[in-house]
Amino acid sequence: MTTFKHKDLLGIRNLNAEEIQHILKTAESFQEIAKRDIKKVPTLRGRTVINLFFEPSTRTRTSFEIAAKRLSADAINISISTSSVTKGETLLDTARNLEAMSPDAIVIRHSSAGTPHQLAQICRAAIVNAGDGAHEHPTQALLDALTIREHKGQIENLEVAIIGDILHSRVARSNIHLLTKLGATVRIAGPGTLVPNEFQEFVEQGVRVEKRIEEAVEGADVVMILRIQRERQDSAFFPSMREYAVHYGLNAKRLNLAKEDAIVMHPGPMNRGIEISSEVADGARSLILDQVANGLAVRMAVLYMLVGATHTEQ
Amino acid sequence: MADLVEKTRIMDGARINRALSRLASEIVEENQGAGDIYLVGIQRRGVPLAERLADKISDLEGVRPPVGILDITLYRDDLSQVGANPIINRTDLKEPVEGRNIILIDDVLYTGRTIRAALDQLMDFGRPHRVQLAVLIDRGKEHRELPIQADYIGKVVPTSRVEIIKVMLTDFDGEEAVAIMIRPTEDS
Repeated sequence: MTTFKHKDLLGIRNLNAEEIQHILKTAESFQEIAKRDIKKVPTLRGRTVINLFFEPSTRTRTSFEIAAKRLSADAINISISTSSVTKGETLLDTARNLEAMSPDAIVIRHSSAGTPHQLAQICRAAIVNAGDGAHEHPTQALLDALTIREHKGQIENLEVAIIGDILHSRVARSNIHLLTKLGATVRIAGPGTLVPNEFQEFVEQGVRVEKRIEEAVEGADVVMILRIQRERQDSAFFPSMREYAVHYGLNAKRLNLAKEDAIVMHPGPMNRGIEISSEVADGARSLILDQVANGLAVRMAVLYMLVGATHTEQ
Repeated sequence: MADLVEKTRIMDGARINRALSRLASEIVEENQGAGDIYLVGIQRRGVPLAERLADKISDLEGVRPPVGILDITLYRDDLSQVGANPIINRTDLKEPVEGRNIILIDDVLYTGRTIRAALDQLMDFGRPHRVQLAVLIDRGKEHRELPIQADYIGKVVPTSRVEIIKVMLTDFDGEEAVAIMIRPTEDS
């Protein structure tokens, strides 16, 4: 019986393949709950889960909230714009104050890398990283892996293309860690300004860096599209959204370069017609909505494993 | 924790089979046939036992009752004491539970807490008309921690607290037997 020995989920990088498989297997058993009439199990009854989001998010925050509630935990949302952070309270003071109310888990999203790690050291609560800067977004990579496994059987030996703003993407980084640990081959592509040479470090992990989307997508089993942020066009990373769409957008013609049964994924929210065409986003090979459903199962599994089944002394 | 040691074997494959045949007869007798029975096996060993009972009921009555699967891990009352992450197996109740005559099936009845969890879980799926319990082994009333009893019992085996009943089925253990296991006491 595998024991998940970590107190927190801070990233994929410090997990090994067995632990990742264990989380995915646990998540599979939570998928069935969404199909029941009463979508609730009593497992985390009386436990408190705090969502501490310093960056705006509807999708991830709602997903964590529903996951906690379906486990019968009490979910509290703290959105920074309405909190005392606007009065100048530091992150650590915010965390210490929350800790004094004995939460069982704190789910944190922050624009600075390493904030979940700081919290993990000072809080007894289990810390779940919901995205820290451009560093990691572990539950996204896990739900992506669950979705891939559902449709492709296993991740080993798959060819996965990740297209877009890799530089600023915590989703890309967590996915690259996870996919390479589980034996997939990853190709990344995007404008040269957004796929910098630092990623050569990933080359030793078996990541292929391509300059053009066509070369990355060709023969791929999975095509993952990253969201392009409008702010980047203002910072001269590329000339305009239209330019991006023309050169790097995934449309039906480019998708045809991938394997015949290739699947398309996107972490959301999409810019339709920019990084992904509507035809592909709504097409038969798109698993974007499956990802959202699997996000719930993964987050229930993570909360269950961190909060539910262990009560070890720190 | 020291490994369990087998103290004695109390049933072999043939005796298990005869006990199941009797349970199947008792079930159809008590429920006046197989018409409205819904067997629900509790993971893990309750599941193959439920399938075997369904086959035997089919032999007796010409009708095979539906078989559902329940994993009660998420409804346990002792998760914080278990330590490791218990593995959650499949729950599958394809047929709705509402208004049905359900027979829960498990291998061993001990404290009754597993059955309490199974009842709570069943209620979250709907309101059964009636729930009964069939077990292969009952470890005796003195171990019960909740007011729970079995309606159909393969064998009553009085045991002490340091003993564990191990039911072995080909489906999981490669052989068919029921054994009493004992935890060896530590030398001080």
